[in-house]
Amino acid sequence: MHKVYHRIEQIAGNVIVVSADGISYNELAQVTSDMGTSLAQVIRLEGGRVYLQVFAGGRGISTDSQVRFLGRNMQVSFSDNLMGRVFNGSGVPRDRGPVISENMIEIGGPSVNPAKRIIPRNMVRTGIPMIDVFNTLVESQKLPVFSVAGEPYNELLARIALQAEVDIIILGGMGLKHDDYLYFRDYLEENGALSRSILFVHTAADPTVECLLVPDIALAVAEQFALKDKRVLVLLTDMTNFADAMKEVAITMEQIPSNRGYPGDLYSQLASRYEKAVDFEGAGSITILAVTTMPGDDVTHPVPDNTGYITEGQFYLKNGRIEPFGSLSRLKQQVNGKTRADHRTIMDTMIQLYASYKETLEKQSMGFRMSGWDSKLLKYGERFEKEMMALSVNIPLEGALDLGWQILADCFEPQETGISSKLTSAFWPKG
Amino acid sequence: MNLGKIVGVNGNLLTVEFEKPVIQNETGFARLGDIHLKSEVIRIRNRHAELQVFESTTGLKVGDQVEFTGALLSVELGPGLLTQIFDGLQNPLPALAEQCGFFLQRGKYLQALPRDKKWKFTPSVKIGDTVLAGSAIGTVPEGIFDHRIMVPFRIHGRLTVKEISPAGEYTVENTVAKVADEKGREYDVKLMQLWPVKVPIKCYAERLRPTEPLITKVRIVDTFFPVARGGTYCIPGPFGAGKTVLQQITSRHADVDIVIIAACGERAGEVVETLREFPELTDPRTGKSLMERTLIICNTSSMPVAAREASVYTAVTIAEYYRQMGLNVLLLADSTSRWAQALREMSGRLEEIPGEEAFPAYLESVIAAFYERGGVVRLHDGSTGSVTVGGTVSPAGGNFEEPVTQSTLKVVGAFHGLSRARSDARRYPAIDPLDSWSKYPSVVDAEDLKLARRFLREGSEVNQMMKVVGEEGTSIEDFIVYLKGEYLDAVYLQQNAFSEVDAATSAERQQYVFGAIAKTLRTKLKFENKDAARTFFHKLTQATRDWNNAAFESEEFKKQQERINALLAEVTDYA
Repeated sequence: MHKVYHRIEQIAGNVIVVSADGISYNELAQVTSDMGTSLAQVIRLEGGRVYLQVFAGGRGISTDSQVRFLGRNMQVSFSDNLMGRVFNGSGVPRDRGPVISENMIEIGGPSVNPAKRIIPRNMVRTGIPMIDVFNTLVESQKLPVFSVAGEPYNELLARIALQAEVDIIILGGMGLKHDDYLYFRDYLEENGALSRSILFVHTAADPTVECLLVPDIALAVAEQFALKDKRVLVLLTDMTNFADAMKEVAITMEQIPSNRGYPGDLYSQLASRYEKAVDFEGAGSITILAVTTMPGDDVTHPVPDNTGYITEGQFYLKNGRIEPFGSLSRLKQQVNGKTRADHRTIMDTMIQLYASYKETLEKQSMGFRMSGWDSKLLKYGERFEKEMMALSVNIPLEGALDLGWQILADCFEPQETGISSKLTSAFWPKG
Repeated sequence: MNLGKIVGVNGNLLTVEFEKPVIQNETGFARLGDIHLKSEVIRIRNRHAELQVFESTTGLKVGDQVEFTGALLSVELGPGLLTQIFDGLQNPLPALAEQCGFFLQRGKYLQALPRDKKWKFTPSVKIGDTVLAGSAIGTVPEGIFDHRIMVPFRIHGRLTVKEISPAGEYTVENTVAKVADEKGREYDVKLMQLWPVKVPIKCYAERLRPTEPLITKVRIVDTFFPVARGGTYCIPGPFGAGKTVLQQITSRHADVDIVIIAACGERAGEVVETLREFPELTDPRTGKSLMERTLIICNTSSMPVAAREASVYTAVTIAEYYRQMGLNVLLLADSTSRWAQALREMSGRLEEIPGEEAFPAYLESVIAAFYERGGVVRLHDGSTGSVTVGGTVSPAGGNFEEPVTQSTLKVVGAFHGLSRARSDARRYPAIDPLDSWSKYPSVVDAEDLKLARRFLREGSEVNQMMKVVGEEGTSIEDFIVYLKGEYLDAVYLQQNAFSEVDAATSAERQQYVFGAIAKTLRTKLKFENKDAARTFFHKLTQATRDWNNAAFESEEFKKQQERINALLAEVTDYA
């Protein structure tokens, strides 16, 4: 069965071609060359020609390197022994621990039957008002952080991971700087969370193709834990690197690019990963928090654009703050009606007023006279930015709502806020 | 049996060598051991047929067999479709979940219509009657409807009823009548029939012009950018602007008999909301559960891409089927861009010469053909039925200049363009009141509407101007125009989907409230200065929003209106 092939007919980028019979689509192979041994996956069959994507890359492969087909698909072990361990994109340990090969499961499995999903109903508390009040995170949500390079997105991810009430944290790192990888590991360890974490890390120095496996491997493990009634939080950073790896492979395969060089199936590829986020009826859940860096702060770039259409909202990180405009949690309505009667009103009103504040700022910068209303807005906007938007703020939801009313009362008359009389009479701070 | 042999696998595209004749667009099954994967012939070149597989192709080998069925991709039509949840190939998902558990399993296909269920059939023709394809020969009750059992659509010419079963209980596979054509060939009429999804059902007398408004209870739609029964409309918008929420609201409140939701390549979570909540909600028109008039075709983004393309056709075919019964059907497709992307993916694998943004050159004609399947028709028995098609479009980067939006705009009757600016300012529904358009008649007075449009346009112009010259450089008259425009926006265009009363505004209420607001817009107002004007409009807005939240014609409603009138009276300029 495991026949060995010695004649490689074509090497282009990370893709090699051999002539072989009886090979099945997506099957794995082992390629041995002077550079070492690497796994490879069948990505195209054409008559007797088999196209293989070599995980460690094409560099150093000779035309007579060994190719041995394994007759199986990509697999990863699933057991409690994974906890606290660090692996690379192929599932090989990165730490000094032993190789785990018990209970192997296939990665990239089929999609969940929509009829088996349930409506998400549990809020994930983060202590960050811009999330809890304005864009509530919900269990089983898939949500990316849109950010420019240089913003503290990994810190934000780590902080949410730690404060969120989940059973297991799985980190999928793609193209991570080595420093960032160490940061995650140390941060989780210092806060005593490493023992309930599993890390699959591909660093920027590792071969590109391995990057492609990280989300699948991380989500396959997450899925198994979720089926065992665990609430799993999966952190994926950075999905733009994943998309770029996909672009690289597509171009090598001479596929017709659709938009800025990305393959036409970018949407479907991203979706099949993000859609793994799920709340199983009668079992656990998977929540996905991802990072998508936006080249040039351009939200219309194909990666953030396609991501936005797939995910249930996004946090827009800019200047070290979560921007209220552009940030959105599509699932917030599922939970924010049950928190407190004033939650939705505070959420809407404060944002509408903040938008007016932004307009006033524009007027001010052009040197126009400020009306009485404008001065009120200016006062409001400053306090809002300082007391609500700053990432350093760490207060529970109820405290944040009370603070919201206080800021409103300090700046406006009740009717100026447009809040219905019923609510103002109940919540407007007296005196 | 017509068998072929796989010679190439590239993603979900198979190249198959065949011996006996094959038909373009026929279905085939790729054999992977015991698992048979459904696929469709999409191109034939010499001795090679290319098939798109509706499932993952992992594990297929060169040399594996493919069985050609000789039939085009078809759906089952008959009683029992309503309230169901199907995937793009008409597999019932709840039944699939019972058999396979949490995950979808490839190669598992179930019958769309339950075979053992008995339906109470009442015949409506007798032996010797003349009928046509699509004529009813009897009915069975399906939920709140009389489901017409029709002569199969595929038969041509005048037909004579040869046999008809008496009233009684039958399963969908029982023959209930026999009809013969002019040459004496006999055909069985069963409760169910098959129909190829990519072929429109045309068993009607004529197509009519859509004129009757379809009330959605969304004010900005019904008043400003109305949709007609049998019309078509599209909702393009960047992500997060509220396309899906708008569709969900429409699916709840739209004044039609049947709503078909085609969730095509979008989030599974959104479908789940519909399928978990609808059974709990009551339809105000019938007093029954909303689910009884709903059917969901669900091929979400992580489900196989080729089936995504099939899903919109499956949905529209079922819509046409119910139209044949004289019913008004609304088809909501979310999102047509995902379907276009599925076409693009296949086109890329086929190595066709790409058009704009790598979409295939035939994109435009495919989109046009799809929307043209909507329409109002007069059936042979004189009754009318309609299929209204509303599709969302998800343009890349929110830029409407892209091929899918542009191709769609050419063929629809109304355009509800969602804007990022409006959704950022939380002005929902975020339909842009200046860019959108509709060719259908509105529910409100045309003169009032013209006036309102003028205020929106001029208000926005004043706002633009104020950004340049400042508030102090703006005359108080212009400033009041601006405030009136903003007021109209705040109390009429914006609608709170989460408020019980405000979420749905009936046509009568729209006419009444809009009349009152138009009167306010016409009223000349006098203020000492701009701050006074602004304070007044803040108060008026709040009062009117409270009015919006009071049940129509209730005590509260009347009281609020009096309050608004009193407020207005204080500042009216009687000069």
